[in-house]
Order: sequence, then structure tokens, then C-alpha cells
Amino acid sequence: MHLAGRVVHRRLFADVTDPAEHEPWTLNFEPDYTAAALEMLNACVAASHAPECAVIEGIDWTVRVGDFWVVGGSSGSGKSDLMATAAGLLRPLRGVHRLFGEELIRLDEESFLRQRRRAGLVFGNEGRLFNQMTVAENLALPLCYHRNCDAREVRARVDEILEHTGLSAMANRTPANVNRSLRSRVALARALALQPELLLLDNPVRESDPAQRRWWIEFLSVLCAGHAVLSHRRTTIVVATDDFRPWLGAGQRFALITGQGWRTIGARADLSACDEPLLRELLHEETSETRG
Amino acid sequence: MQDAPTSIADLAPGRDAVQVRWARRYLNWIGRRILRLISTVQGLGAFGLITMGVIVTKFKSASHVVHPLIRAQIHRAGVRLLPIVSFVAMALGLAVIGQAVALLSRVGATTYAGTIMVTVVVRELGPLITALLVLARIGTAIVIELGTARALGEVEALEALGIDPIHYLVMPRVVGLALGIFSLTVYLILMALAGGYLFAFLQDVPLMPGDYFSQLAAALRWEDFALLALKTCAFGVIIAVVTCYHGLARPLRIQEVAEATTRAVVEGLVACTWLDALFIVVYLLM
Repeated sequence: MHLAGRVVHRRLFADVTDPAEHEPWTLNFEPDYTAAALEMLNACVAASHAPECAVIEGIDWTVRVGDFWVVGGSSGSGKSDLMATAAGLLRPLRGVHRLFGEELIRLDEESFLRQRRRAGLVFGNEGRLFNQMTVAENLALPLCYHRNCDAREVRARVDEILEHTGLSAMANRTPANVNRSLRSRVALARALALQPELLLLDNPVRESDPAQRRWWIEFLSVLCAGHAVLSHRRTTIVVATDDFRPWLGAGQRFALITGQGWRTIGARADLSACDEPLLRELLHEETSETRG
Repeated sequence: MQDAPTSIADLAPGRDAVQVRWARRYLNWIGRRILRLISTVQGLGAFGLITMGVIVTKFKSASHVVHPLIRAQIHRAGVRLLPIVSFVAMALGLAVIGQAVALLSRVGATTYAGTIMVTVVVRELGPLITALLVLARIGTAIVIELGTARALGEVEALEALGIDPIHYLVMPRVVGLALGIFSLTVYLILMALAGGYLFAFLQDVPLMPGDYFSQLAAALRWEDFALLALKTCAFGVIIAVVTCYHGLARPLRIQEVAEATTRAVVEGLVACTWLDALFIVVYLLM
């Protein structure tokens, strides 16, 4: 009876007594690859500049854990708003939005923030870095804030991420002194600091040269399969882009934002069967109209 | 067939119609200003309450990151303003206290010097001048830096990293400005009183330092210390909330930051003056 009581006690307080649980960024379990990382059911995405206006409607989208999704749309189609909504920064106007099985709107503030932290967002437009801080400080800030420690204590982790992302030489530079095309990479490194399970990237290779683009695609492919920077855990990846071509090799699933609508294409093999004119545009293929 | 008149302006012919139209235009303008004032007060109130809630519930969380920011704000709104506050305090001492003591000595009423100084410097001018200095020097900088951060999307980046912008950006400024203004006011009052006596001494006013300070001590009551602390901290909170609200609460574009700064300074000034008036009532009731 006494032993049973101790077992129950240990289980009850496992989340308090287990030292690994003190560090939410350390994942010590294998993710369920059949579960949905992100679900949007009949969702309607609002514009960030006008929250009452819809930019994309009727989104039915399920992103499974470990998937690599590529979402295409022309400029101004609402890709950034979709990414911000998927990450939980914006609330959808209508419909259901679930992150790792939890409907965000139904969570209390603490659970909502905990759930949202499982998704990392790499903003477009040079990554929205903190301009008054150095690259290393940009990475250290979220770690220090959530661990409640000072920068010295997270130095090793910051150095490790910088090394994996090839940014060690820029650790002490401010974003203004980092090459424009590398700023998105700093934003990726900053997002990786919190070890996200789902990584949402808004047009990361837009201003990149071919070599940078190759680095991104290779790095994200390895990240999806399990990279050392995230303890070899598979990461679910969603990339929003206005050019499908670089992602054809890495992407596993594809979708399109067509006007104000949503169209899921499916796997890579389904691309050729898709008759959507926008897809041809994003693949930069010549259509009969452009030829004419 | 003639259309039915739809407004007073349609009924009034010629010159009267023009006058009615102008009157309506002015009334519309006044109405819009009133609605805008109500909306601003509502927004500021909500923002202030949210900030107070965050201070109460999250003061100790992420202390290794946020508390150094509070110290930085105290340094910025306190220590770095010491030179300008010293200059203003000396000027205040010379202008108000020196003149008052010199005048009182001419009519043989130097026993009232302490009461006048406590009323003018400790209760009124000291806190208000310090608050206006901090508003001009630090308040404007806060709107610009937060407005720029908002315009560049840094606030959304903080949210994406799970960092509460109110906790990380607003709380240090509110606490820092409240403590900074309180400390600066105490410093300004001491400097002004000393500067004033120095001026009176140079003018050969027959007032001994011992008499001067005993008059001050007699004029001061414990409520003065409590209300001084309350008033200066309230000034700090108001300035921080108004400037942070204009920098953060609404989506801004870079070109709108200058206008937001002007609006924040004006509203901060009005809010501080109203608060000062409220405290005058409290002093009168005491």
C-alpha cells in the first residue's frame, strides 16, 4: 500500500521532479508522426492590417507531424497572414484552427502560449530581427526569457545554433551589418533556439542568391528528416513561397492560394496533374496565353 | 415635381444656407474631436489596466531579462537626467525661492518662507517640472523607439518567440519611469531649496540656515512625503503608459511615428496637468 502510494506520488509529480521536464525545449520523447501538427478546418484568414477583412477563405488543411509542405501564392495573396495565423499570432476570422490537436481559441492564456511556443515562425522581409541587438543576442533573448537566466548561461547553446547555421562569424554583428540575404538565416537560427516542433517559414529564399537557396533547401530537408541542432528530431516544415521551383525537390506536399481561395494539390506527383493556371505561373512555365 | 428638403440647409435660402452649412461643419468637427477623445481615453485606460495586470502577475517572471531592463530605464530616466535637472533646480531655486525669501524679508515675514517653499516647490513645481522634463527627454524617445519597433515588425517577432511585449517592453518603462521621476523629484527639490537659500544668502537676506531648515521642517507634514511619492510615481506611470500606448498599441508605419510622438507628448502633458490639478484638490482637503 505504502509502495503503491509512492508510485502514484512519483507519477503525479513526474512533471515536477523529472529534471528534463524543467527544460521545455528539450524533447525526450519520440513525436507521433500520424498526429496533426496543424489543422485548419473551413478557416478564414484575416488581413493583419485590417483584421475584419478576409484574405483567404475556406482553408481545409491538415499538416501531419514530419511533413514538408510548400504553400504557393502570388505576391499580396496573404501568405504572410496565413503563416502568422498558423503560428497563432493572428486569430482566424472563422473556422477551426488547431495546433498539435488543441484548438487555440479554447485555451487559457498560459496553455495558449505554451502551445504556440511549439511552433516557430520565420518572418519574411529580412526576418524582423531586433536591430539594436547583435546576432548572438537575438538568439539568446528567447532562451534567456523562457529559462530566466542571463546570456552567459545560454552561450553554449547559442554558439551551437550559430555553428549549425553557418553564422558563427557574425555572432557579434548587429543585423544592419549582416548581409541582407543572410538576415533570414539569422531569423531561422533565432526560431530554432526554442526547438520548435513545427517551423513556418515565410518566403525565406526571396532575396537569396542560388548558393544561399541551395543552403536553405538542404538545411530544411535535413531539419525535416532530423537535424543535430534539434537533437535529430524530425521537424514539421511549412514554407510559403511565390516560386515553387526551388522547393520541388524538398517539398513533400503542396498547396496553393488562388485568389481568395485555397487549393490543396497533394504530393509532388500530383503537381503535373493540376490544371491550376497559378501553379504554372509559380513554376514559371510558359502558358499558351504568355506565348500568344 | 420638386424634391423634398432633406436637411435644414436645403430649407434655408442663400446666405443663411451657407451659414448653416458652416455651423454644421464646425459641429461635426467638434463631434469628431469628442469621439476621438473618448476613444483615446478608452484605449489608454484599457492599455493601462492591462499593463498594471502584467506588472502584478508577471513582475518576478523572466527576472534575469526584465529586471536589468528596469534598471536601465531607471538609469535613463534618472541618472542620465541629473545634469539638466540640476540646472533647472538651480534656476527654480533662484527664480522662486530666492525672490520669495527676498520679498518676505522686506515685509518682515520671513517666518512664512518655509510654508511658501513647501507649497510651491515640494507640492507643486518640483514634481510637475520633473515630470515635464522626463516627458520631453524620455517620453519622446520611448514613442520613437517603440513606434519604430512596431513599424518594423519587431513586436510581432517578440510575440512569435513567446515573449509578452507588455512584459518585456512596457513594464520596464512604467516601473523605471515611476522610480526615476520619484528620485529625480527628490533631487530637484533638495537642489532647488539649497539653490534658493544660496541666492537669498548672496542677497544678504537675514535668514540663518538653521532657521530656514527648521521652517521647512515645520511646514512639512508626513502627508507631504506620502503624497509626493504617490504623485511622482503616478506621473511616471502616466507618462510611460501614454508614450508606450502611442508607440505600441496601434499598427504604425514609419512615417506615422513622428505624428504619434507629437500626440503622445500633448496627451502626456494634458494628463500630467489634470493629475496635478487632482492633487491640488487633495492638498486643499487635507
